[in-house]
Amino acid sequence: MPEHSILQRAHFEQLLGALKTRGYRVIGPTVRDGAIVYDDLNSTDDLPVGWTDEQEGGTYRLKRRGDAALFGYVVGPHSWKRFLHPPAVRLWQANRTGKNIQIEEEKHAAPKMAFLGVRACELHAISIQDKVFLGGSFVDPLYKARREGAFLVAVNCGQAGNTCFCASMNAGPKADFGFDLALTEIIEGSEHYFLAEAGTPLGEEILQELEHRPAENIEVEKAGSIHEKTAQQMGRTVDTTGIKDLLYANMEHPRWDDVASRCLACSNCTMVCPTCFCTTVEDVTDLKGDHAERWQKWDSCFTADFSYIHGGSVRSSTKSRYRQWMTHKLASWIDQFGSSGCVGCGRCITWCPVAIDLTEEVRVIRATDIRTKSMAKETDDGNTGTNPR
Amino acid sequence: MNLMPENEVMPAAPHPMAPLPFRVQRVRRETRDTFTLELQSANGAGRPSFLAGQFNMVYVFGAGEVPMSITGDPADQDTIIHTTRSVGMVSQAICKLKSGDMVGLRGPFGTPWPVEEAAGKDVVVVAGGIGLAPLRPVVYQLLADRAKFGKVVLIYGTRTPADILYQKELAKWRSRLDFRVAVTVDRAPAAWRGSVGVVTTLIPKVSFDPQRTVAMVCGPEVMMRFVARELEARGVEKNRIYISMERNMKCAVGFCGHCQLGPQFICKDGAVFRYDRIRPLLGIREL
Ligand SMILES: Cc1cc2nc3c(=O)[nH]c(=O)nc-3n(C[C@H](O)[C@H](O)[C@H](O)COP(=O)(O)OP(=O)(O)OC[C@H]3O[C@@H](n4cnc5c(N)ncnc54)[C@H](O)[C@@H]3O)c2cc1C
Ligand code: SF4
Ligand code: SF4
Repeated sequence: MPEHSILQRAHFEQLLGALKTRGYRVIGPTVRDGAIVYDDLNSTDDLPVGWTDEQEGGTYRLKRRGDAALFGYVVGPHSWKRFLHPPAVRLWQANRTGKNIQIEEEKHAAPKMAFLGVRACELHAISIQDKVFLGGSFVDPLYKARREGAFLVAVNCGQAGNTCFCASMNAGPKADFGFDLALTEIIEGSEHYFLAEAGTPLGEEILQELEHRPAENIEVEKAGSIHEKTAQQMGRTVDTTGIKDLLYANMEHPRWDDVASRCLACSNCTMVCPTCFCTTVEDVTDLKGDHAERWQKWDSCFTADFSYIHGGSVRSSTKSRYRQWMTHKLASWIDQFGSSGCVGCGRCITWCPVAIDLTEEVRVIRATDIRTKSMAKETDDGNTGTNPR
Repeated sequence: MNLMPENEVMPAAPHPMAPLPFRVQRVRRETRDTFTLELQSANGAGRPSFLAGQFNMVYVFGAGEVPMSITGDPADQDTIIHTTRSVGMVSQAICKLKSGDMVGLRGPFGTPWPVEEAAGKDVVVVAGGIGLAPLRPVVYQLLADRAKFGKVVLIYGTRTPADILYQKELAKWRSRLDFRVAVTVDRAPAAWRGSVGVVTTLIPKVSFDPQRTVAMVCGPEVMMRFVARELEARGVEKNRIYISMERNMKCAVGFCGHCQLGPQFICKDGAVFRYDRIRPLLGIREL
């Protein structure tokens, strides 16, 4: 059993201090424009003290809590991917002199970043993106540098949101790996403290720099019951039994047409999703045409350009794009990376302008499973296939 | 977002998205819209070795970067050859390059054609249009080690006689007694003395032993499906037919997500696939 310590709320500022002293840029939740987003934190006061969020399909609202909890909310529109896999990155620059071209790889900052308040689902999301950028035969050196420099302070959720279903995805609510420090916030009457657990030697070292004391058994048990209560509170659930085969076998299910009639192909779900990793590249040239830059930018499978090959888009219908997104998250991701691409954070449900809910889509498909065996079907039906030409 | 300049470091490994400089040595006009470029490393590093069927990402300054199959001879240690059909922005810029111009290359990427596996068997190579480019390295290898293989057949179809690539080379190949080359066109002027009709029509006409044949097919997706069907009809097993797939690609290293086809990333699990493994996916519209 790992050792637990008690860190008083009154001493919480010391954690930020210790991280800053070590040269970390401390990033965590803060209130901006009516939402909790991730940004630089100067002090504990920048945290959403006493705020909570109310989430539903297509709805997000901040509300005052009855207490002064530092982490009394769930996840907002941001995820840590904006720091590990930023929305826009210049990859290289090229200069032309006469017939010669000089390509200069970007010197990238490898900032030491401390993420404060990483939820269990987000730890899972980070480990999923690790597989994409570090786990294959090619490694993204920029991601690697950022990832290796990151210090993760996890916070176990004390309540679940209405769109949360991490418990169904085995991705929470308790942080069980991948953190340097993990905290559970406990508020009881006038008492306000954190049960802290170190996950790495560095986490332990930093913990030792803070005023703390060993936790009593009763305090560990209190935290445990908070984790259990949260797990019981999930606003959504998904039955993941055989989900890969279920979706593969229902690629021609009429439900995809139904989703398509609602989906605006706005890409919100992919932007807020903590595991969505797709990018495009953009070339910028100066007016004289002697300087060019290549940028990598977040992209979405909901756009027409995404699947464009000369002659047209492979996925020209919204139906095919939603199907691609959802089956990638919940099915083909398993074949590609050995785990689901969904951690049950609920962002895509909350931030969908028309409240499309993948848990509901799975439920309907499961209830009306048509098993066309299409992914295994011997097709010789003269269908021109997936290529527009 | 403020990055801390004091922490600025150069990542240890070169970024897989950063191209290396190559210089155009020679340009050959193949057809009205298709050009072949011979490229040589411009930084003294030489060219990376490649396997038949692999591709590069070709960057033209200020225009962009696109996937292009390597179409030269894998045994030639010096040059990289690409044949490009001008269909849009970047491919047009490639076709406008002159000798002495520089391009950026990343690669080689992707899976190779099963040339090794074909040893001791009959080999049927079927190409449609620009699809001959990725298959030409296979032909070089088959002919260089001709005794290792059974019957060797190339079936090639284009739209018109004017669209036939590598005409001199084809003529040379046709003159060999140990290599059957069959060419057909969709439509032709009266002077054309060869076959007219889609490429599938030639499959029943050439001689090979379906039971011991490896087939490699590249062309438009519909064409490949019909060719595979025709080959199967002649008795070639699905697991000995290979095709090369095309999808939008922005990175070629599995990061950008664009080339996905169900669970497959065309860039790293392909572009060459064994037909039995990819066929179920091809039957789903807009996958
Ligand atoms: C593995 C592979 C090998 C290829 N080998 C060859 C070859 O040897 N010779 C050849 O002429 N062509 C080849 N192609 C096709 C070639 O990449 C496209 O013709 C080219 O990308 C078109 O770009 P464009 O800017 O000229 O066209 P536009 O129509 O202007 O395209 C805009 C953008 O869409 C994307 N795109 C468009 N068409 C394709 C396509 N067919 N495949 C992938 N991305 C596309 C590109 O990102 C392109 O920049 C290959 C494609 C792949 C995937
Ligand atoms: S698919 Fe939706 S619920 Fe799953 S990880 Fe992405 S945003 Fe969260
Ligand atoms: S599912 Fe919702 S968020 Fe996603 S593209 Fe469609 S409308 Fe936008």
